[in-house]
Amino acid sequence: MTNTNTKRRLMPRFKHPWLYIMLILPVIYFLIFCYGPMYGIVIAFKNYSPVLGVFKSPWVGMAQFTRYFQSNYFMETLINTLRLSLYSLVVGIPLPIILAVMFNELKNKRFKAISQTISYVPNFISVVVVVGMVLFFTSPVDGVFNTVLSFFHMHKVDFMGSTSIFPHVYVWSGVWQGVGWGTLIYTAAMSGIPQDQYEAAYLDGATKMQTIWHITLPSIKPTIVINSILAAGGVLGADFQKILLMQNDMNLPVSEVISTYVYKLGVVGSDFSFSTAIGLFNNIVNFVVLIAVNQIAKKVGDTSLW
Amino acid sequence: MVNLKVKAETKADRTFDVVNVILVAIITLLLLYPLWFVVMASFSNPREIFKTPLLLVPQGFNLEGYKMIFTNKDIWTGMRNSVIYTVLGTLVNLVMTTLAAYPLSRRELKGKGPLTFFFTFTMFFSGGLIPSYLLNQMLGIVNTVWVMVIPGAISVYNMIIMRTYFVQSIPTELEESAYLDGASDMQLLIKIVLPLSTPIIAVMTMFYGLGRWNSYFDAMIYLSNRSLFPLQLILREILIQNQTLANNSQLLTTNTMDTISQSKEAIKYASIVISTLPILVLYPITAKYFEKGIMLGSVKG
Repeated sequence: MTNTNTKRRLMPRFKHPWLYIMLILPVIYFLIFCYGPMYGIVIAFKNYSPVLGVFKSPWVGMAQFTRYFQSNYFMETLINTLRLSLYSLVVGIPLPIILAVMFNELKNKRFKAISQTISYVPNFISVVVVVGMVLFFTSPVDGVFNTVLSFFHMHKVDFMGSTSIFPHVYVWSGVWQGVGWGTLIYTAAMSGIPQDQYEAAYLDGATKMQTIWHITLPSIKPTIVINSILAAGGVLGADFQKILLMQNDMNLPVSEVISTYVYKLGVVGSDFSFSTAIGLFNNIVNFVVLIAVNQIAKKVGDTSLW
Repeated sequence: MVNLKVKAETKADRTFDVVNVILVAIITLLLLYPLWFVVMASFSNPREIFKTPLLLVPQGFNLEGYKMIFTNKDIWTGMRNSVIYTVLGTLVNLVMTTLAAYPLSRRELKGKGPLTFFFTFTMFFSGGLIPSYLLNQMLGIVNTVWVMVIPGAISVYNMIIMRTYFVQSIPTELEESAYLDGASDMQLLIKIVLPLSTPIIAVMTMFYGLGRWNSYFDAMIYLSNRSLFPLQLILREILIQNQTLANNSQLLTTNTMDTISQSKEAIKYASIVISTLPILVLYPITAKYFEKGIMLGSVKG
């Protein structure tokens, strides 16, 4: 008791010193590992040389950006990124909602729990293993897909070597991995819908589809909006760790996205300033899209991130 | 009430239910099948896997892949490294996330708005790959255990979930009375709040541990010393780069090419099973908390 009193006298303004002491480590961590690299962005406007370091390297203004916008890679990487991420968004946003509604309509609790639990499992598999499995299934020699095709006397297809099929393989393997886990947030939101709403609707003679349309979906609308805003913020953020693993010489014309290009130029090629500039362009576009979508959501509906 | 409800169930609704059950069953089987295939293939003779278009049970029961894994030094070193990075990394994650989430959950904290912005801004904007890479080089942690443990210490998303859990599940009166009894906020956190937070700690452990165990990219760009490679990098060599492993080189002298390619296939399936097993064993323990954890996070996301 005396101890607390002394503390109070010593620090009259901070009644809870420990709350601030606890925050010291996290704040230092964010300053170094999150804000530190943000400062490092300056090299996008410099001609970075490892010998001179971040501070002493000469300024070059927008030269790195101009170099990128004028190179052939600009349009190619931009279009490839947009193709893969927009396709992922168009498929990846509605499917978990639909599956979540389907789960929600199941009457048998046991069946519901089992199918939900199974659907979550692919989410726990590492990206290396997922791509490894994609390679098993799509192998032109003895992959499962081709075994099935030849069983029906159809021609074998080199899925990973085809520029027209690659986006489908990328997106649908993503659906396989993410659709079940994606339902979780909607399932959680649906568990808050009062059951008597459904009962009242049944008494009024509403069909299942009507209750889904007029009760379930409106109730989870805020969750849908928030989730979609966050997803749209990643419009130039196609899953590059996965794409990097899926790339081969034949699919490169459609699989070289901005972030894999940054990785190759920067980490592999050590062209630090140029790749930082491209990365910054990518980040800014994502940030602007996120804010724009958020504003639109605020205006149109009443849900937004902030 | 019950009778009325039964009456309201029209024929169309019953059809809806039946179709729905069938569709969910099909989707679940489709989601499960690729995993089932890998497990069955890992117990099969690689030569016979593709005799039937859909592998439902092991064809030509065979443990060759598992035998090769048990004699493969790279996989065991990778496994050991992954365990070290996952355990240390997850501990750092839990401590750091709690230290940030708990103060932010308390009304008494001043400057909460700016602090929250300071943390959440990094969710939407970051320095990017190359500046982070240069930073880690500058800090001198590249090619050490630390580069696998310290970066990524806090996920802001997880921190928000945890903060929301504290706000909603820890009664303020409890904190106030403990405070009046002379307990410091640190004692309060350790002795009262954390023991009441098992569900959220379980969820956090699973999320972070999974992320650590499954990641390959940081290891790929920051580690060049093979003895530090985590399991996912070894798997990348086996599954994606299709490399014959160094210490299986005796195969080259003793076996024909055909057998080598078969052994390569066998080890692929078995290595997937071995690397994913720890996750699937731990999964059911935390699974029941997922919905709660996610729901709390989404309320005030």
